[in-house]
Amino acid sequence: MSTVGQAYPRLEGREKVTGTARYAVEYPVDGVTYGWAVPSTVVRGRITRVDTTPALASPGVLAVLHHGNAPRIAPGQQPELWLLQEPLVHYRGEYVAVVVATSLEAAREGARLVRIDYDAGPHSTVLTDDHPGLYKPDHVNPSYPTDTAEGDFDAGYAAAPVRVDATYRTPAYHNNPMEPHATTAQWRDGRLLVHDSNQGASSVQATLAELFELPPESVRVVAQHVGGGFGSKGYAKAAVVLAALAARHVDRPVKLALTRQQLFGPIGYRTPTIQRVRLAADTDGRLTAICHDAISQTSTIHEFAEQTAVYTRSMYAAPHRRTTHRLARLDVPTPFWMRAPGECPGAYALESAMDELAVAVGIDPVELRIRNDTDIDPDQGQPFTSRNLVACLRDGAQRFGWAGRDPSPRARRDGRWLIGTGVAGSSYPARARPSSATATARPDGSFLVRVNATDIGTGARTAIWQVAADALGVPPERVEIRIGDSALPTAPVAGGSMGTSSWSWAVIRAAEALREKLRDGGPPTDEVTAEADTAEEVGGQPTRPRYAYGAQFVEVRVDADTGEVRLNRMLGVFAAGRVVNPTTARSQLIGGMTMGLSMALHEEGLLDERYGDWVNHDLATYHITGCADVESIEAYWLDERDDELNPAGVKGIGEIGIVGAAAAVANAVHHATGVRIRELPIRLDKLVGVSGLA
Amino acid sequence: MQGGPENTTTIDERHSSRVTVEVNGVSREVTLDNRTTLLDTLREHLDLTGAKKGCDHGQCGSCTVLLDGRRVKSCLIFAVTVDGRSVVTVEGLAGPDELSPLQAAFIAHDAFQCGYCTPGQLCSARGMLDEVSRGWPSAVTGDLSTPAALTDAEIRERMAGNLCRCAAYPHIVAAVREAASS
Repeated sequence: MSTVGQAYPRLEGREKVTGTARYAVEYPVDGVTYGWAVPSTVVRGRITRVDTTPALASPGVLAVLHHGNAPRIAPGQQPELWLLQEPLVHYRGEYVAVVVATSLEAAREGARLVRIDYDAGPHSTVLTDDHPGLYKPDHVNPSYPTDTAEGDFDAGYAAAPVRVDATYRTPAYHNNPMEPHATTAQWRDGRLLVHDSNQGASSVQATLAELFELPPESVRVVAQHVGGGFGSKGYAKAAVVLAALAARHVDRPVKLALTRQQLFGPIGYRTPTIQRVRLAADTDGRLTAICHDAISQTSTIHEFAEQTAVYTRSMYAAPHRRTTHRLARLDVPTPFWMRAPGECPGAYALESAMDELAVAVGIDPVELRIRNDTDIDPDQGQPFTSRNLVACLRDGAQRFGWAGRDPSPRARRDGRWLIGTGVAGSSYPARARPSSATATARPDGSFLVRVNATDIGTGARTAIWQVAADALGVPPERVEIRIGDSALPTAPVAGGSMGTSSWSWAVIRAAEALREKLRDGGPPTDEVTAEADTAEEVGGQPTRPRYAYGAQFVEVRVDADTGEVRLNRMLGVFAAGRVVNPTTARSQLIGGMTMGLSMALHEEGLLDERYGDWVNHDLATYHITGCADVESIEAYWLDERDDELNPAGVKGIGEIGIVGAAAAVANAVHHATGVRIRELPIRLDKLVGVSGLA
Repeated sequence: MQGGPENTTTIDERHSSRVTVEVNGVSREVTLDNRTTLLDTLREHLDLTGAKKGCDHGQCGSCTVLLDGRRVKSCLIFAVTVDGRSVVTVEGLAGPDELSPLQAAFIAHDAFQCGYCTPGQLCSARGMLDEVSRGWPSAVTGDLSTPAALTDAEIRERMAGNLCRCAAYPHIVAAVREAASS
């Protein structure tokens, strides 16, 4: 019987519910000291003086590192990691010093006592659609063309009988994994060992080797359990660099965890966006022209260009299409990945505009999307390997009870509540990256599979174990899986919804090679190991448009007096290739959908231009969806087989759950109230001010 | 005990205290900097790292433990104030090599993903069920003259102080419901 497709509880479940799963700063270490990061208090400027005297006089403080005394590191590929190397400040909250002490309390107090004088300059930290610094980047994340054009959008748009022209705005979103970025760093004989909270120990190892000018084998990165990342731990971030610098400076092990407040910015965030979407259609709702112009921000030290409009390139067909991206370099931390970078904010805008078009043309929004489906990728001109958007829409509509929906806005009432429903499409690329793995047969009949995958809560450890058992052709109880350590075979990051596809590819190939070696059958007398590296095979895979799809359905109620929006129910149906473990897959999908709900109704980084930083930088004032906000949420998937993906046949499920979710909520709010809020989040104050409501 | 010997040598004796706390049924005596929270006492002095530090400001619930049976956020409590009192952490919710009904239900319902908020969710749920059994109402309890029934709405409301960014909320509710009825 195939193990893949069966529901298994997480392998590390017992450790996690008994508190014995160790995270980055929870390993016992002899002689450990504590680091505390000191953020800059100005936005832009030069450090003119660092007075460490009061801090060093404080009991327990061992050292204060700053640009004047910190160990030198090489400039790496990520300039924001070149920390404590120069007296310059590029954004408020940039780490300018680290205090090391014998206790957490002493380190925190020491950090308060460090005196830093700055020569501060003027700053610009607010994104606007007419910012004088707007420019066209060379490409957008990770390597998409900045602009695309097919046909003649302007002519197509002008000639159409039905047109929508709307601008949508999303604020800064902060990833906020429950475990802060945290590291325990130890130097021994010139070698660096870090227990670090990250999404890919191989990439962190490479970055540390580059910065500290060490051969990679002199750096070991362990990430056994990681308390979430959502993109923010995709690469090495400040915590691991500061901890390694501090440990080298004091020649003792250092634990350094960023505070919750310190996570708002310096470790990355989702850029604010300003998106103008124009849609043109004939009177049957067939799209004739699509244009998506996206504006976002980056920092002055590094370019990160969110691929906001890329979603629109392949989602719906039209003869005349255009997408553009413009970027402003602001005095802010560099934005970075947050769950479905690009697709998430882009789908909010396009799927909202599709709802506006459905209203304008008088066609059901599910039907409108079905009419504009396409088997050929409008961007690449090639057929999709599989595209089950329509099947998701139909299945979801049936499960949700969409049929017979009265499209009239503000037409349903339950006491003081206005009721509305909304729908949105969803899509996310199905990719894979090269990985390596080993498989070992042991004399006792058991097997060991090693791959430096990372389980940030996705269920990766369990999923790869299941894949490995099938590939080895044995019951999973005979397979031991080891992940989360750079000493294991190199593997790519847990990100881009391509962890399982990439890691399982290498695991399957290693298992095949092992079975080839063991052809005579039976356990070997000595351990036999086979290894695999998929670089050549993955690199040689034909370029084809490969995507997962989904449909999101939402019912909300809106208090007619206060404008309070509550979720009644949310239902998603997805087509994401093979599902390895239904238990963990469902958790991933509802987790993404809930984060989309959070984006629609709760989350908003509020930046005060006067001091150039987010003011609501904690979990009391930056609201995320809580238990009481989720009354009913369901995720389903179609049985989808696509042989042109990867050996495991998976498309990835970590991100698609968030794509389109916020649009479905916003569309439901419009259906409930007749009010179209085009600037997230949909707060009650935006609804109560509108005539007709409250 | 990591850091213990190093720390004690540098603690200013005028600003430290000898504290005795019963933790998971065992009396523990430690000399602590008066600024040390209960959370940091558990994590940095007693090697009980189950209770998590998510925000250090009482805003996320990851550090929830039971203090004399009541759920509290251990990051907001100075250890010197709990001298002589009893603390139960996630490590003490069941005997060695055992799982409590709540812990088993969390695994069965996949009521966690990354697991970082989980110890706090479990301790919070344990405390919450006790509050319900005592008939304490919540903000969503309708009729205050009768004991609150443990509806899903009650569980959601009473567990709202424990954030989960992976958003395992519906599975947490299902697990708590099952454990409560077992």
